[in-house]
Amino acid sequence: MLLIDCPYCGARPEIEFRCGGEAHITRPAPEAARDDESFAQFLYFRRNTKGMLAENWWHVHGCQRWFHALRDTQTDAFAATYKIGATPPDLPGSAS
Amino acid sequence: MRFSFLALLRQAFHPDVPWTRQWRDPEPKSAYDAVIVGGGGHGLATAFYLASQHGLTNIAVLEKGWIGGGNTGRNTTIIRSNYLFPESAALYDHSLKLFEGLSQALNYNVMFSPRGVLMLAHNHHDIISLKRHVYANRLSGIDNQYISAKAAKAFCPPLNISPRIRYPVLGAALQRRGGVARHDAVAWGFARAADALGVDIIQNCEVTGLMRDAGGAVRGIETTRGAISTPKVGVVAAGHSSVVLERFGLRMPLESFPLQALVSEPVKPIVPCVVMSNTIHAYISQSDKGELVIGAGTDQYVSYSQQGGQHVTAQTLEAICELFPQFGRMRMLRNWGGIVDVTPDRSPIIGKTPIEGLFVNCGWGTGGFKATPGSGHVFAHTMATGAPHPINAPFGLERFASGRLIDEAAAAAVAH
Repeated sequence: MLLIDCPYCGARPEIEFRCGGEAHITRPAPEAARDDESFAQFLYFRRNTKGMLAENWWHVHGCQRWFHALRDTQTDAFAATYKIGATPPDLPGSAS
Repeated sequence: MRFSFLALLRQAFHPDVPWTRQWRDPEPKSAYDAVIVGGGGHGLATAFYLASQHGLTNIAVLEKGWIGGGNTGRNTTIIRSNYLFPESAALYDHSLKLFEGLSQALNYNVMFSPRGVLMLAHNHHDIISLKRHVYANRLSGIDNQYISAKAAKAFCPPLNISPRIRYPVLGAALQRRGGVARHDAVAWGFARAADALGVDIIQNCEVTGLMRDAGGAVRGIETTRGAISTPKVGVVAAGHSSVVLERFGLRMPLESFPLQALVSEPVKPIVPCVVMSNTIHAYISQSDKGELVIGAGTDQYVSYSQQGGQHVTAQTLEAICELFPQFGRMRMLRNWGGIVDVTPDRSPIIGKTPIEGLFVNCGWGTGGFKATPGSGHVFAHTMATGAPHPINAPFGLERFASGRLIDEAAAAAVAH
């Protein structure tokens, strides 16, 4: 089980959290998203990076707040967690 | 060499003459008519059907490690076709029918054992959902029946149907044609049969890039063992499909998760069928060696680590111990995690890509083993003719833009 460092509560066990998938996906602007293809990209297509991936996590059984994390998907090790709206920490090879 | 009773007898009288190698270990040629990336069950099946049904014998299967060493060699070997939607039921039943004659077709015993698949209902929602599956399956001509808890107990005597447990068994759906097969034998059987038809199976050969001509079409691929020119490439790389396709400049609607399974110490025959419960997430069968083969769930995050969280297996074992209290003191021999590529609708992607000459067969998620022959058969048709077989036509990549998803995730109402 992973130990996850919530930016609000500190380190807590993984079962308190829900993973919300890849972070920093921007919904296309209404005028730009008239075609199905760009909406499909937004809804379904993912980086699925083998390496450092920026993710959304939800501390559902804790403070119930969302935050971001940078995690290496080859080792599952968290490199950093940061609050929504903050710029991702500058790591070599980070996906965002 | 062809396996037969006589061949076995001959070998028994000449123990000093070893069995011959069952497939070659060739060097890659500089050009092929088609190349399959990924030497798991699906890739090898594709190669076999390309050679046997479409006459394409100058082809190669490239495998990064060794054949059948990925998810093909580490799954729970369950075979069934009781899916809700007609598109999925047609695809998986096509595969089940091929499994029924596979040992004869390949001249290799894949140990297909249609011992019945029992899916348990634990609450009102389960009963309604399973009955809906049963009725939908029957309309598609696929065997499936709803039975009472008592009948389930008669079919699978070790099952605990006591009303006093946390999630009592209220009924079950039974697909009698479902069952298990030996996973390694499926990979080896396809490899041996494809090799006999002239297919080159090249192991320890990783694909690093795609070569394209001026018009953008596939011209060949780059590998760790040199460049190979070919007009057709089929990517069948399971959990690493999106990693391979990213090297080719394509992003996919896929996410890769670790899926765990475990086996117990071998015991005498006790579980006569496959038992699955989606609600409390456990499935179990017994291998011919006697080990209980137990399937657990996926982790919630993208990972390529090939190991999952222990709380995931613990949850499944708790469910197993409630359904089969007599297994409470049994020791588990090993557990492992395989990386499965999951699509948003939990249905596979089989078809063409925006790149001319590049085909994909991926997104089988947590349930690809049962589809091995059917997947290879329809994908070989797609690669050989350039157009999908009627069975895999609904499973193209374009469904994510058109919105015609085949949502088996919602149909099963469980976390796959």
